[in-house]
Amino acid sequence: MPSTTFWGYRRANGTVGTRNHVIILPVDDLSNAAAETLSHMIQGTMAIPHPYGRLQFGEDLDLTFRTLIGAGANPNVAAVVVLCIEPKWGKLVADGIAKTGKPVASFAIEDAGDIGTIAAAAKTLREFVLDASELKREWLPVSDAVFSVKCGESDTTSGLASNPAVGSAVEWLVEQGATVIFGETSEITGAEHIIAARFQTDAGREKYLRMHQSYQDLIIQSGADLLGSQPTQGNIKGGLTTIEEKALGNIQKIGNLTIADAIEPAVTPPGKGLYFMDSSSAAAEMVTLCAAAGSMFHFFTTGQGNIIGNAIIPVLKTTANPKTANIMSDHIDVDISGMLTRELSLKSAGEKLLDMMTRIAGGRMSCSEALGHKEFVLTKLYRSA
Amino acid sequence: MAHGFLAHHAQDDVGVATRDLHAGEVVEGVYMDSEQSISITLASNVPLGHKVALKDLPANSECREYNEIIGRITADIAKGELVHVHNLKSIRWA
Repeated sequence: MPSTTFWGYRRANGTVGTRNHVIILPVDDLSNAAAETLSHMIQGTMAIPHPYGRLQFGEDLDLTFRTLIGAGANPNVAAVVVLCIEPKWGKLVADGIAKTGKPVASFAIEDAGDIGTIAAAAKTLREFVLDASELKREWLPVSDAVFSVKCGESDTTSGLASNPAVGSAVEWLVEQGATVIFGETSEITGAEHIIAARFQTDAGREKYLRMHQSYQDLIIQSGADLLGSQPTQGNIKGGLTTIEEKALGNIQKIGNLTIADAIEPAVTPPGKGLYFMDSSSAAAEMVTLCAAAGSMFHFFTTGQGNIIGNAIIPVLKTTANPKTANIMSDHIDVDISGMLTRELSLKSAGEKLLDMMTRIAGGRMSCSEALGHKEFVLTKLYRSA
Repeated sequence: MAHGFLAHHAQDDVGVATRDLHAGEVVEGVYMDSEQSISITLASNVPLGHKVALKDLPANSECREYNEIIGRITADIAKGELVHVHNLKSIRWA
């Protein structure tokens, strides 16, 4: 029987987390250098560099702001120093994060230059990390938690075994009252009729179908043949032939659950249960959007051996492909290749994932954390001005 | 391990190799929905994770896996042959 509690952190706004990060969050590419310097100067802190945040506009800018604010607001984060070349956007991001009640401060580099900004921010950061280091873990119910799921470098073993195993774990989590996010809009092409039928309301279903159609239109307008990109070369090497086949394997991650609603990227699910989030199928982009939406823990299945991690949330990696479990064992937290030989049942595989989730959520490092994977990739909707 | 491939559904046209399979081998497979067994003589090598035809599949017919359509057959496939990008194509985004 999986554990209904985990050893985590309760934040001021009631959300629950698995990590106690003190982060330095640049709003723009120009602020990365100061952020990195600060992370070396003040121990126990982490810079979250990324390449965007300048001259963006409209919906694209809104998504960047939402992702940055969401990353800072994530329950795995104890405190945030925001850096920005200009004061206005930095304050906007810091104000968004401050709504959670956690310590946050923003610094504008054009007020003082890199060295002056680093000197001022370092003092604040020092206070933040000393305070955060005294926060204690406690036993918390998984029913209060938000999880997310995604597959990557999938092959047929994903649809046959590892995705159904995650589906079994997700069914159990939702049964306990937890919230779970899935997505990958393009990768449900060929299985959209199954997903659409799972929505609890017509409004949710229509929202999902609009998101789906918008992506189909983009692909058709581009005139490109996606074979080689979707499915990827790795998918094809692993035996997946078409996007339909990949999609039908992908959706096994939600088990037999119904879907509460469809949400925009980097938006926090408004309630409990399973939510579809409009998102790319590129692993780092999707997991970053999940972190921004408030996920505290990510389940990631792989067939051929995707090695992704995330700066904010631990990523549990599992595979049912025995070759990958062997060759890529450095990256695999849970080997469920016994499902292919049918020595490991679906239910037992789901429980193995939940048991490892409880351990990693409680402080054990995931393989991706131990190997230094801190991917943080903003989803860019279109060119900047 | 008794079986060499698994199929999701009794209506499926293809099974997935759970180990590397070799041409000429007689291999047992299992339909996961019904636990029914099926035996096939392989006409091609089918690596782990790749698909084998469970019946003769004529060109231009739809191909089923998960009891759903996964694409269109582009060349006649005999029972026991490898099914992949050389003889199966997506119906979407075309």
